[in-house]
Amino acid sequence: MSMYGEYDFLMIESLLGDEERMVRDSVRTFVRDRVMPIIQKHYRAGTFPTELIPEIAGLGLLGPTIQGYGGAGVSHLAYGLIMQELERGDSGVRSFASVQSGLVIHPIHTFGSDAQKERWLPGLISGELIGCFGLTEPDFGSNPSGMRTTARKDGDGYVLNGTKRWITNGNLSHLAVVFAKVEGEGTPEKPHIGAFVVERGTDGFSTLEIEGKLSLRASVTSELHFEDCRIPADNRLPEARGLKAALSCLNNARFGIAFGALGAAKACFFEALEYAKERVQFDRPIAGYQLVQRKLVNMYSDIVQGELLAFRMAELKANGQLNPAAISLGKRNNVKVALECARTARDILGANGVVDDYCPMRHMNNLESVYTYEGTHDIHTLIIGQRLTGLAAFSG
Amino acid sequence: MKILVTAKRVPDPEQKVKVQGDAIDLSGMNFVVNPFDEYAVEAALRLKESSGAVDEIVVLTIGSKDVTQQLRSCLAMGADRGILVEGDDDSLDSEQTARIIKAVYERESPDLLLMGKQAVDGDNNQVAQLVAGKLDLPQACFAGQLELEGDASAITVGREIDGGMEFKKVPLPSVVTVDLRIVMPTAVKTAGSKDNQEYAEGPRYASLKGIMQAKKKKIDEISVGDLGVELEQWVKTTSVETPPSRSAGIKVESVDELVDKLQNEAKVL
Ligand SMILES: Cc1cc2nc3c(=O)[nH]c(=O)nc-3n(C[C@H](O)[C@H](O)[C@H](O)COP(=O)(O)OP(=O)(O)OC[C@H]3O[C@@H](n4cnc5c(N)ncnc54)[C@H](O)[C@@H]3O)c2cc1C
Repeated sequence: MSMYGEYDFLMIESLLGDEERMVRDSVRTFVRDRVMPIIQKHYRAGTFPTELIPEIAGLGLLGPTIQGYGGAGVSHLAYGLIMQELERGDSGVRSFASVQSGLVIHPIHTFGSDAQKERWLPGLISGELIGCFGLTEPDFGSNPSGMRTTARKDGDGYVLNGTKRWITNGNLSHLAVVFAKVEGEGTPEKPHIGAFVVERGTDGFSTLEIEGKLSLRASVTSELHFEDCRIPADNRLPEARGLKAALSCLNNARFGIAFGALGAAKACFFEALEYAKERVQFDRPIAGYQLVQRKLVNMYSDIVQGELLAFRMAELKANGQLNPAAISLGKRNNVKVALECARTARDILGANGVVDDYCPMRHMNNLESVYTYEGTHDIHTLIIGQRLTGLAAFSG
Repeated sequence: MKILVTAKRVPDPEQKVKVQGDAIDLSGMNFVVNPFDEYAVEAALRLKESSGAVDEIVVLTIGSKDVTQQLRSCLAMGADRGILVEGDDDSLDSEQTARIIKAVYERESPDLLLMGKQAVDGDNNQVAQLVAGKLDLPQACFAGQLELEGDASAITVGREIDGGMEFKKVPLPSVVTVDLRIVMPTAVKTAGSKDNQEYAEGPRYASLKGIMQAKKKKIDEISVGDLGVELEQWVKTTSVETPPSRSAGIKVESVDELVDKLQNEAKVL
């Protein structure tokens, strides 16, 4: 089921080119055939479906916008649609792809040397290497500039110390892109932040999976530990100077989330719509009652608006005009829309809404993480607020 | 060796069909490649990949310009070239379709004409048989298995029949239609197949690279006139009706009553 065909009042489908349509349809079929049959099992077990990685990579969904190194070089709109279809399946699967593409392949491609690109990109794009992105720390989430992780230059290498927490793909990964304050660069009060690639197996680097998540259960989230972890100087991404580099990655991933979240929203909407048409109470389908119709119409209306917002973002991105406030607008709005759709769909399904044979509650739980990561909802409020008022409200 | 595969676009079978007056309302419908034709493309690709004997897979479709979209998706799966015969695919009957395919066959002279066993819109299951008849070619329909000879002189077609499989070896060129089982992991074999070669079940998903390459692949556009085909209508639709809705079942009290009803009312015993 989709927002096109008989439900596409605004003919949004016509905004897609042939390439984008084919990409979307291919990923949609893949998710229907391969993700849906196994997602409930993985969600219950709290495991990521690693068995899907070869096919995800084979389809070209890792680093899809990259030209060369095995990447297909599709448009940003196609990238957004990939994220949307994956998240229609599960936010955990989309998170896996988002991190690999937006937060690992992107920084190496943008800030890495040619040698680094040759070394890591082909493996990351073909799925033989899995990466993770370590920015957040136990004590520094919304405010990463306060990070404590340090990198000290030592002969022909760097020595890393510190802890990163809430790191998607951490325990799956062969390499981590890690942000750390570089001792002796910048000023003592404001040291430069650099980006480093740490490979699994390096002495002093360990990962610990975080247990007990009630959200994004089909995704691996970990803590990364660096204890006098010595890496070659060649593993520093030379062009990543300061937090700007991290933000460039986040902007990429947030763009994908603005599309992705709507995939979860659509899954919930269509499940609720079908259910409401079939479910009879007081002798007629509940879809025939005004209160239920209003819920369905609100969901539909929010999704369509979110979609237009996302499409506009893709257009701006293609022209190199996508600014951070616009990205915040999209991430903030569309994740909120999705979360509300999931809650409403849960409600429409009544008691059936609380079991995992139906998708809304799984999506609802997942979206709580999506609401928080990649800049919390409120942090995006502050970013947009600052653009509107000229006043920064982040700190005292 | 060249394989010609036919592909028709059909309304997405996952949608509900709407009947308007005496015709099916196609407005706002999403279209897909007929699933059995997609299986035929998949089978052709497997023959090509494992045998090394296939030089080209050409996909033929008949329809308006819009159908290019479905043709491209076959090219994105990996077929090499497309042919679009411009015409109104909704109004063509089996005879007319067969005439067009025959004409294209004669232009292309492929070694194998591979088709879906039927299109899921009309479910006629006639075109391949008509084409084979017109071309006086051997035909083997409903292939659930295929095995290509090493010298590509013949193909063995496994067909599911009551109680087992029947194998027919047909010399090439010939006309073969495929059934659902042709996309099972080991359904297609050639002399070059490895012993343990298994495909993922189902037609392959177009990869992003395949999609990007498909944009550059050639699609020849031909008009029915160019082919010199006469198209008078053979089949006329007189009316379209939705099937009557099923009336509620009944509960029987005893086995005797059941047997009695089956014998005397349903007359099936
Ligand atoms: C499942 C999951 C996966 C994740 N994956 C990754 C990953 O791969 N890599 C990575 O680096 N990080 C990852 N994160 C971390 C995520 O980015 C952070 O959780 C997020 O940035 C918020 O930080 P925090 O949790 O420390 O919350 P805090 O920053 O402590 O925020 C707590 C609350 O305070 C509010 N708040 C904070 N500052 C202000 C302010 N100035 N004004 C008003 N309100 C404020 C927030 O909006 C929030 O409501 C992941 C998180 C989750 C849950």
